[in-house]
Order: sequence, then C-alpha cells, then structure tokens
Amino acid sequence: MTSAGSGLTLLQTCVLSLLVFTGASQFALVGALAAGGGPFTAAAGALFLGVRNAFYGLRLSQLLALPRAVRPFAAQWVIDETAAVSLAQPTRRSARIGFVVTGLSLYLLWNLTTLLGALGAEAIGDTDAWGLDAAGPAVFLALLAPMLRTGTERTVAGLAVLLGLGLLPVLPAGVPVLVAALAAPAVLWARGRRSASRGDVPEEDR
Amino acid sequence: MNIWIAIGVTVLGCYAVKLAGLLVPAGALERPLVRRLAALLPVALLAALTAQQTFSDGQVLVLDARAAGVAAAAVALILRAPFLLVVAAAVGVTAGVRALGG
Repeated sequence: MTSAGSGLTLLQTCVLSLLVFTGASQFALVGALAAGGGPFTAAAGALFLGVRNAFYGLRLSQLLALPRAVRPFAAQWVIDETAAVSLAQPTRRSARIGFVVTGLSLYLLWNLTTLLGALGAEAIGDTDAWGLDAAGPAVFLALLAPMLRTGTERTVAGLAVLLGLGLLPVLPAGVPVLVAALAAPAVLWARGRRSASRGDVPEEDR
Repeated sequence: MNIWIAIGVTVLGCYAVKLAGLLVPAGALERPLVRRLAALLPVALLAALTAQQTFSDGQVLVLDARAAGVAAAAVALILRAPFLLVVAAAVGVTAGVRALGG
C-alpha cells in the first residue's frame, strides 16, 4: 500500500514483499526511495533493520534444531513474529510447529495484503480509523509479556524502551532499535559485576 | 532501474542476514553467557519495537489513540486474556478513542 503510493510499480511492490519479507525493511526501503535517496543508501537502511533477524536466528537455530539442509529454506521466515511465537513455546515440538504455522500464514497473508493494497489502496479505506495500527504493537506486547519472568528481563525491556524511544528522533530509521538491543549485554554486564562484587552466585546460574 | 537495484540489494542482504543467524554453529551457543545474551536480545528488540510502534509517527514521538489501545492490551494481558482478545482490545479501544476525537 505504502509503496504503491511512492512510485513503485505493482510488480516491484510484490517482488519486494515476496523476496524480502521483513516488513520494517520493506517500509524503510520504500520510504528512503520516496524521499529521493539513492538505491544503495536506501538498501543500507533496509539492511540495518534486517540485522535483528540474525539475532532471532541465533536463538531459533538452537531451539528448533533444524537439519542443515532445511536451514536455507527456513531462513526466509526468520522474522519478528515467527521468532516471538517460537520462543514462547514450552517444547521443541511446539516451537517447530509454531515457527512453521506462523511463517506460512504470515507469508501468505503478508503477500496477499501487499497485492490487494497495491491494487486498490483507496478501496480498503482508512485502516487507521479502525484502530488497526494498534494491532502491531499489541501483538508484540502479547509476545513479549511471557518473556518478562525475572528482574533481569524487565530491566532489559525497560532500558530498551528508553533507548528505542529516546534515540528515535535523533538517529536514522532502524538504528534506534539496534542500539536498544545493546540493553541486553549492558544489563548482563552490570548484573555480572554486581554479583561478582557481592561474591554470590549470579542469578542465571542458579 | 535504480529501484530494481535497491530491491535486489535489499533482497540478497536481508536473506543473508537471516541465514547467518541460523548457520552459526551450535557449539558457539553452549557457553552460558552467550545463551543468556541470545535469550535477552529478543526481549530488548521486542520491547523497543513495541514502544516505537505505539509512540511514534515516522521519526516523531507522539501520544495518540494507539497508546490507549496498547494500554488496554496490557490490562488484558495482566488479566490473562487469550491472545486474540488482547489484540482485539487494542484495536477496539484505539478505534473508540479515535472516534471520540482522541
């Protein structure tokens, strides 16, 4: 929808959606192109946003224990939503099912809505009036909530929110989220130091 | 043509990044510190994404109906509501506040 409005053809919009399949990167690319950025600047911004998928992959490869031959195919579905759903599952079996179901349904839905959106953005009307723009953050919040079990996780989440929002107006799109990811090593480091100085066992080893 | 170049670079780059994460050898993940870190990174990323999608419009911070919607979702989560109800609460409250002129 957005990209149809910024000078991309229907074919270009759909190819982007089918092959990139990382919403934030697609929006970043389209936004940068619409703002008159060169192709490489635009692509660099989109890549920056895609880097977080590598972190999800780190977690998922361990959790799903995928055979080496399957990984190149599974890789395309490593995105925010599949990672969040899989990581929320209690067992490897349900994590695998979660990954495949989420990946498949999102892939179909995402590309179908891209096509529909590009075909007739006006026909669908103003999605914001229906409050649909709140669905995205609500989904993320629902997936995040079960991960916030201990104080360490809550501290990381709180620091990440501060970094993500505080840096948003001053850094290029996509970069604040990456900086916010640094909340994880920062909190781990601070916790490690504190427990080392007290001489007791770190929380994570109990 | 420029647009196709940008699309091509993005397609290849985004795929390579996704694959790289999956191909890192499992042995590297066995160390406790790495495992802790890999568990905490999604927490940080999801928290930052949630906040940004709630309080931003492009690169500007805003407080609008979405905040009410996401707050409703948070309440639903605390009440242990099912997933779909949580999302429905966010969408419904956002639409309602907007209809009232918020």
